[in-house]
Parts: sequence; C-alpha cells; structure tokens
Amino acid sequence: MTATLPGPGTRTTARPRTRHDRQFDRIRAREEAGTFKAPVQGRFFSKFRSNKLAMIGLVVFSVIVLASICAPLLTTHDPQQINLRAMLQPPSADHWFGTDRTGRDVFARVLYGGQVSILVGLGSALMATIIGVLIGIYTAYVGGWVDALAMRISEILMAFPQIILVLMLVAILGQSLSNLVLIFTLTGWGGIYRMARARMLSLREEDYVQALRAFGLAPALIAYKHILPNALGPIMVNTTLSTAAFILQEAGLSFLGLGVPLSTPTWGNILNVAQDLRVLENNWWLWLPVGIVISLFVLSVNLIGDGLRDATDPSQQG
Amino acid sequence: MPQNDLVDDQEGRVTALAAARQAVPAPEEPILELKDVKIHFAVTAGVFKRVVGHVRAVDGIDLQVRRGEVLGLVGESGCGKTTLGKGILQLVNITNGSVTYRGNGETVDLAELDSKALTPFRKRLQIVFQDPYSSLNPAFTIFGSLEDPLKKYGVTTRAERRRVIGDLLEAVNMSRDAMDRYPHEFSGGQRQRIGIARALCVEPELIVCDEAVSALDVSIQAQVLQLLMELKRDKNLTYIFITHDLSVTEYLCDRIAVMYLGKIVELCDAEDLYANALHPYTEALLSAIPVADLDKQTERIVLEGDVPSPVDPPSGCRFHPRCRHARDICRQAEPPLKRYEIDGRDHYAACHLIEREAAD
Ligand code: SF4
Repeated sequence: MTATLPGPGTRTTARPRTRHDRQFDRIRAREEAGTFKAPVQGRFFSKFRSNKLAMIGLVVFSVIVLASICAPLLTTHDPQQINLRAMLQPPSADHWFGTDRTGRDVFARVLYGGQVSILVGLGSALMATIIGVLIGIYTAYVGGWVDALAMRISEILMAFPQIILVLMLVAILGQSLSNLVLIFTLTGWGGIYRMARARMLSLREEDYVQALRAFGLAPALIAYKHILPNALGPIMVNTTLSTAAFILQEAGLSFLGLGVPLSTPTWGNILNVAQDLRVLENNWWLWLPVGIVISLFVLSVNLIGDGLRDATDPSQQG
Repeated sequence: MPQNDLVDDQEGRVTALAAARQAVPAPEEPILELKDVKIHFAVTAGVFKRVVGHVRAVDGIDLQVRRGEVLGLVGESGCGKTTLGKGILQLVNITNGSVTYRGNGETVDLAELDSKALTPFRKRLQIVFQDPYSSLNPAFTIFGSLEDPLKKYGVTTRAERRRVIGDLLEAVNMSRDAMDRYPHEFSGGQRQRIGIARALCVEPELIVCDEAVSALDVSIQAQVLQLLMELKRDKNLTYIFITHDLSVTEYLCDRIAVMYLGKIVELCDAEDLYANALHPYTEALLSAIPVADLDKQTERIVLEGDVPSPVDPPSGCRFHPRCRHARDICRQAEPPLKRYEIDGRDHYAACHLIEREAAD
C-alpha cells in the first residue's frame, strides 16, 4: 500500500506508515467509494470556530446584546426616573454604576441606551448594505453610463465632510432616531456600494455569467439572483464592520449633542455629560463604564468581522 | 438564384441551372455568414478616459458556416478566436460588419438586433466554455442554474423543468439526480458535460465550443469529444469548434479556419489543411504537433517571439515579424485572403509567397 502513495519518500525506501498515511488512505477509500463530499459549507464554520479572537468577540457581542435586550430583567430602575435625592452618587449595591446629575441610574441607562445604540448601528449598517448592494450589483453588471453615474454620486457623497452633512441634515430634518439612521445610511452606503461594485466587476466575467447572457436572461435576474449570492461573503464582513463604525459615530455625534435627542438614553448621550471637566475629574462612574462598554462592543464586532473575513477568504484555504 | 424545384423535366434549363450553381462557391445556404466582422475594444488612459488606441481583437473576418458541419477555428491564444466566438453569440458588441443567421426561413443580421429582438435567436445559438470550473455557478445546484433559461423559453411548470433537465443530463451520460447537486461535487469532465447539457437545453442549431476540451485530461478529452460528435449526429447540430490545438481538430472538423491576430490566414477542408498547408503560419502550427510515426517526423518550425500586440499590429502581413519567408513586400502590403484550388477543392490563404507561386 505504501508503494502506491505519492511523495518522494516512497520512491526510495519504504518508510514507516504514519498517522497521516492512514488518514489519507481513509479519505481515498471514501473517494473511491464515491461517498466523499468536500466539506465546503462546513469549512466556513470550522474556520470561524477555530479563530479564538473571533469567538471571544462573538461571546462579548452576545453578552452585551442580550443584556440590552433583557434590560428590564437585569435592573429594576427606570432609566428616565429622576431622583433629586440621589444625585451623583458613586457606584453602590443599589446603583451599580452610580447615578448621574439628575439621580438617574447609570447602569439602567447603559442597558437601555445599548438598545438604541445597537439599533442605530445595526439598522444603519443594514440599510446602507441594502442600498449599496442594490445599486452596486446592478450598475456594475450593466456598466456604461449607469455605472459611471452611480460612481460619481457615491464619490460626491464621500467627498463631503460627514460632519457638515450631518449638521445640514439635522438643521433641515431635526434631531431624531430615524433621522440619524437616515444620515448614516446616506453617508455610509458608498463604501459598501464600492465593494459590491468591485466584486461584481470581477464576477461578471465568469463563464457562467456569459452562459446566462447567451440565453438572453434579463440583466436584473442575472445580477441579483445568479451573481449576488457569490458576492455575499465580503459584503457580510463589511456590514459587520460598518455596524461598529456607526455605533462609534453615534456616540461621537451624541457627544456633540447632534445625535439622538438627549432625553433618549444612548451610549453617546450618556457620555455627553463628560463634556463637563468637573464631571470628568470627579465623577468617573458617569463616563468610564459606558466608555468601556462601547469599546468592548466595537472591538467585539470588529473581531467578528475579521473572523468572517478570514473564513470567507478563498485565498486562505485549509 | 432560382429554386431548384422549379424545373425538373426541361433538360436545357436544368443544365443551365447546374452551371449557374457551380459558379456559387457554397451550394447550400450557410447557417451563419460573417461579413467583414470587426471587434475592437477602446483602450483608455487617464482620469478622463481618453481613448488612446484600439485592441483590434477581430479585424475583418469573412466566413461562412454551413449547416451541419464542424468548423474549426484555430490559432494561438490572443489571436481573437474566443472574441469572435463571443461576437457571434452577441456576448460582445461587434464594431463593424454583419453576422447573418439563416434558419427556419428567416434571414437576420444578429449584429443589428437589440437585446429584445435577439431573444428568439438566442435559443438557436449556444456556447460551451473552456474552463469547467468557472462555467457553472458555485452557489446553485445544477437544477437551479438551468432552471431560469428553461423558464424563459416556455417550460412553465417545475415538474416539466425537472423532467427536461433530467433528460438532458442523461443525454450527456450523467445520472438524473446530478441535478440536485452542486458544481463542486463534480469532476472537470463531468462539469464539462453539464456545460454541454446546459447549451443543449434550449435545443440550439449551432453551438460554439470555445476550447471545450482544452482544460481536460487527454483520456477525458476523448470521451467529451465523442459525446459531442454523438450529440451532433442525434440532434443535427452545427459546431464552431474553437481551439489552439490542431491535434484535436483533425478528427473532428470538416473545415478549418486558421486565425492570426484577428484575421483568417488560411481556410480549407480539414484533410487539405493537414495534407497541403499553404500558409507559413499553419505550417509552423502543424510542425508543432507531436507525431507518433517516426518516418513522418518533420523538422519542427519554431515560431520566434510572441504574438504581437493587437493594439498596434505589424504593417503589411501581420505574420511577417515571425515568418521565415518574409520579404520586402510582406512588410508593405497586406496579403488578401485569396481562393486557390487544390484537387478541385477550395483552399483560401492570405500570403504573398503563395500568390507568387500560384502565378508561376
Ligand atoms: S505574406 Fe510574407 S510574411 Fe506573410 S506569411 Fe506570407 S511569406 Fe510570410
């Protein structure tokens, strides 16, 4: 049996059979029996699971998301309840993260704020993905002036300093949760659009696409139904990464007072009080815990994104 | 030209008709006729997409494809044969010239139709690709990939589509249940047979086989070629067989056109090409085929250098920088594709040298 194995070692002398030889024999026996199935779907999950950092990210992400969703179960405090007798209290058994200047429980605010922040981040990322993919996949497939037009529009939007766009839109539309999602979608679809377009430009040259064209199928059918599934991997990664970016942007804009109205708790709005130097110096519990939660969440999302990228990258087989 | 069923009894007119027919080179109506087909791609540079030149991938091709024949299209990579194949199917835009299809009593120039008007003709012409790995969509089962074309051409119910696809798979010697599997579960040869089944699913009359077996092992090549020939017989197909490999075309093709840098340099019956190649380029290609018979072993003509860029093709005869017979006239004037007769059969070639020999 050894003699039939390929490899330089076998040609000279019979070397002792190793574990790998037996494994190889088994695989080949299955191949010859016709029961061998390449584990293509499984490879993605096993690669992702063997990526320790990505798994840590997934755990942290799940904990924070679950805690936000289950906020009413985790705390009895109302995040909006003003208690003037308990202002600026340091962390205690009753108030885990202390209270803010109007006596609201910071722990409850972080939990409930997470709901809004994550909603804004995920919602904007999903909207941006849908728009970017819808436009990018189609325009890149048909090419020509449609493609050029879409490219120019995305360039114009990306060339605008985002903060000015935000100021403009806040001035026109006013401050609200849905406006913030709208702004993020408007400023964020360009990145995903470009990626979807680049993917499409290489995929549309594949022979199977030419074959579909030779049948005269409609461009939209070919682009969205037949090609899009092959571009989803990197798009998914990008959506994850932009979720993290949008959460940071929400925090940044809310910190400046341009985001969600201050009455609604969000991670950024909670941080907003740290603009006051006295708070920064004396009341660390107002900004440190929420800062850590934001950092952890963004980090975990980025880790998941990196894990997804490695798992879907065809150049890193094995 | 008068119809031949007009007269049968009147001796005199029949002979006159026969004489008239003899003057026409192709007796039957060709299924496809290319006239001065050019396919150029603009080369742009800079931010403003200034056009700095054109890739003349296909540069003036006249060709007739007869119904029921296998026409070989041979040349090195980069000679434009694949582009021409795609141009025939209108997968790339034709810059100039006409692609006339004749069939079912219709005569149309495919190059003039817009995509909607083209649809009914899409099912008459189909294509099989070279790379069995990129020719099937990895995200769909075979059924999923083939379903939409069938839907478009009138197979409305799912059960009917499953039956048609199953029949097609059996026609290419695969099992019916292959339709519910994904491409990665098949070998290269199996994928190529699925690619053939896909081309057949709309019952075409003409199939362009673009290097259809070049990516396969030799033993599997033979199987696939045999399958193609059986299908041709059963379904009355016409093939345009694009390849770089003259050893494949010999047993397969009725006629062979040799292409160099976007032009046809020689066109004749397959046997004539192997027996009496006229053009120096064809000679060089033929000498590169390994021969088993030692007595027949001829000197191998080595082509020096690469195919020149089709952006800026050489002056005069495009082959002159690599031709061992090149003279001054070759650098100045482009030789036309001329008709010669060898043993009473047509033989077209574009070369000054042959022109001169024929004149002597
Ligand atoms: S025309 Fe001249 S250069 Fe061209 S193939 Fe003939 S001999 Fe060679």
